[in-house]
Amino acid sequence: MSTCAPTACDNCSTPYAELRRLGLKTERVDHVVALAGNPNVGKSTVFNLLTGLRQHTGNWPGKTVARAEGAFDLDGKCYKIVDLPGTYSLLGTTPDEEVAREFLLFGKPSVTLVVADATCLERNFILLLQILQITTRAVLCVNLVDEARAHGIDIDLRGLSRDLGIPVIGAAARRGEGLQELLAAIRDVATGQFICERRVPDMTPPGLRGAVEELSQKLRTAYPAMENPSWIALRLLEGDPRIVAALKNGEFAT
Amino acid sequence: MIAPNDILRDAEAMRWELGPRFQDEIAARVSGEASELAGRHIHRRGDGSRLAWQRRLDRILTGRFTGIPAMASIFALVLWLTIEGANVPSGMLAELLVDTLHPWLKTQALALGMWPWLAGLLFDGMYLAGAWVVSVMLPPMAIFFPMFTLLEDFGYLPRVAFNLDRLFQKAGAHGKQALTMTMGIGCNAAGVVATRIIDSPRERLIAILTNNFSLCNGRWPTQILMATVFVAAVAPPAVAGVIAAGAVFSVAVLGFLFAFACSWALSRTVLKGESSTFSLELPPYRPPNLLRTLHTSLVDRTIFVLWRAVVFAVPAGAVIWLVANVHAGGQSLAWWAIQGLDPLAWVMGLTGVILLAYIIAIPANEIVVPTILMLTVLVSGSPVADAPAAGVMFEAEDSALHAMLVSAGWSTLTAVCLMLFSLLHNPCSTTLYTIQKETGDWRWTTLAAALPLALGFIVCSSVAFVWRYLAG
Repeated sequence: MSTCAPTACDNCSTPYAELRRLGLKTERVDHVVALAGNPNVGKSTVFNLLTGLRQHTGNWPGKTVARAEGAFDLDGKCYKIVDLPGTYSLLGTTPDEEVAREFLLFGKPSVTLVVADATCLERNFILLLQILQITTRAVLCVNLVDEARAHGIDIDLRGLSRDLGIPVIGAAARRGEGLQELLAAIRDVATGQFICERRVPDMTPPGLRGAVEELSQKLRTAYPAMENPSWIALRLLEGDPRIVAALKNGEFAT
Repeated sequence: MIAPNDILRDAEAMRWELGPRFQDEIAARVSGEASELAGRHIHRRGDGSRLAWQRRLDRILTGRFTGIPAMASIFALVLWLTIEGANVPSGMLAELLVDTLHPWLKTQALALGMWPWLAGLLFDGMYLAGAWVVSVMLPPMAIFFPMFTLLEDFGYLPRVAFNLDRLFQKAGAHGKQALTMTMGIGCNAAGVVATRIIDSPRERLIAILTNNFSLCNGRWPTQILMATVFVAAVAPPAVAGVIAAGAVFSVAVLGFLFAFACSWALSRTVLKGESSTFSLELPPYRPPNLLRTLHTSLVDRTIFVLWRAVVFAVPAGAVIWLVANVHAGGQSLAWWAIQGLDPLAWVMGLTGVILLAYIIAIPANEIVVPTILMLTVLVSGSPVADAPAAGVMFEAEDSALHAMLVSAGWSTLTAVCLMLFSLLHNPCSTTLYTIQKETGDWRWTTLAAALPLALGFIVCSSVAFVWRYLAG
C-alpha cells in the first residue's frame, strides 16, 4: 500500500489530492464498487464521503431502502459506487438481502467494499465471510474505530488483512479519518495492484465436498470466467431458484 | 461442452442423495469462523466507561416503566421549544413580508400602471399566499427539524420503535411501524416510502394506511396556531405556552391512538393475519455532528418542505383570489361555495370557509392556514391591507387574529374541531400519489383517503354535538 509524504495539499480544505467527487455523474465507468455491510454501520456515510452526495444518513437500521448510486474519480479513473441496503446475511429471502445478493452476483463489481462496525466486528464478520465466498475482490473498511477506541477495543487490522487475504482499513468515516488509505486500497484492488487471495477456509460441510467438487468442475468447464464455482455449486445443490434461473438464462459469462 | 441443463440435472439428482438442511451447518461454520477471527484479532481492554453510561441511559429510555413517559416528555419538550421559539421570528417575518413588502409591491405595481385585477391576482393572491406560508411555516420548521434530526442522529428513533413495539404488536401491526410513523411526522409521503423497511406485505399496507395519523409538518402550523390563538387564550398568560404545547401534544398522541385502533381494526378485517417477528438492533448512542445535523435538517428538510409549500401556495393563492373575486349572480364564487358548505360544516363544528380551504388545499396541507386567513379576509370584504398581520399568529394575548376570526363566527369549539379535522382528513395529494405508487392499487389509495375522512366527520360531529349539548 502506498503512503504519501505530506504535501501542501494537506493544508487545503480537501486534503485528498487524487479524489474528485463526481456526485451523480456516472456516464463513464471504469470500475464498479459495491458498498455492502450490516445495517447501521455507516455505509451511507462512507458513500457520501466518497461521492460528495448527501444521501440521508441516520442512526437507525434500514435507512437506505433502495440502492443508491454515485461516482468519484480516483487518479483519473471513474468509479461508480453502489450503496446496497444493509443486511446481516446474504442467504435470506428479504427484499434487502435479495437486492444485495443480486448485485454482488450479477452487477459485476470490480471491488466490493464491505463496511463493518468496529464495536461489534464479530457479528459483522458473518456477512463479510459470506461475501468472501462469492468474491475475493473485496476491501474491508472497519468503520467507527474512534468509537471502538473509546470502548477500549483493540483491533489488529494487519492480522485481519493477513487472515482474510484482502486489504483491511480502519476508518472513522464521519470525521473523514482513514479516507486516504481507503481510497488507495480501492484503487489497488480495482487496478490489480493488490491481488486478493482466498485465505478464508471453505465453508462447505465435509459431507458435501464430493458433490460440490463434482459440480464446480463442470461449472468451471462450462464457464471458465466464473469467479466462485463452488459457491454456485452449493446454491445449485440447495436449489436456489434465482441461481437456477440465472443458469438457464445464460446470465453467467462463459 | 457442458450445457447448463446438464449441470442442473446433475444438481437435482445429487440434491436427493444429500438430504435437506445443510444450511444450518454452513451457518454454524460461518459463525464459528467469525468468532475465531474475532478471537485472534480483537482485544478488549477492561470495561469501557462509555458503554456503561449507554447502558444506564438505555435502562431509562427503553425501560419497561420509564420508556414511554421519557418518550412523551422528550416529544413534549420539543413541541414546547418549537412553539415558544417560533413566536418572535414568525412575527418579524410576517411584518417584513406581509405588512411592509406587500403594500409596497402593490402600490409600486399600480403606480406603474398595472391593471388593478392583475395586481390583485399577483399580489393579493399569489404573493400573499406565498408570504404567509413562509412566515407561518419557516420558524417552527427551522426549530423542529433540527431537534428531530438531532434525536435521530443520536440514535433515539430505534428506541421509540422498541418502546412502541408491544403496542403495535397488540394492534396486529409491525413494530417498525413506529419508525415509519415517526418519519411521517416529517412528511407522510416520506413515511409511506419508509414502510419499505417492513417485509410483510400485510403489515406494510397497514403501515401505509395509518401513516396519515402521524401529524405531518404541514399540519403542525395549523395545530400550533389554533392552540395558541384559541386554546391558550382561555388560560392565564404565564402558562399559555405550556397549555398550547399540551394541546398540540394531545392531538399528536390522539393520532397515535387512532393509528393503533385502525391498525387493530384493519388486521382483524381486510388485512387479517398474525404480526411477524423481527429483530431490531439498538445502535449505540452517537454524539450527533452538529454542523451536519444543521445542514441536513435545514437544507434537506426545512428548505425542501418549504419550497414545496411555496410551489403549491402560489397557484392556490391565485385560485383563492379568483374564487373571491369572480362573481356570479351578484355574489362571489367563494360566497356560493361557503353557503353550500356551511350546513355540513356546522354539524362538524367547523365553518364553510374551513371546508372550502381544505378543498383548495388538497395539494398540500401546508397552505390550509393561509387559505383560511385569505378566504376570511377576502370574503368579509375588508381590504387585504387591513388584515391582521400574520405576525401576531403565535401570540395568544391581544391577538388581532383572534378578534378577526371571532368576528367571522369562530369559537373555541371551531378551533378544537379544526385541530381534530386537521389530524383526521384525507392525506395531501402528494401522499396519495405516493400511496398509489407504492401499493399499485387505487382501492387501497381510496381507502387511505376515505378512512381518515370518515373518522374526521364522526369525531368532529360528536365533539360538536357534545360541546353544544353541554353548553346548552
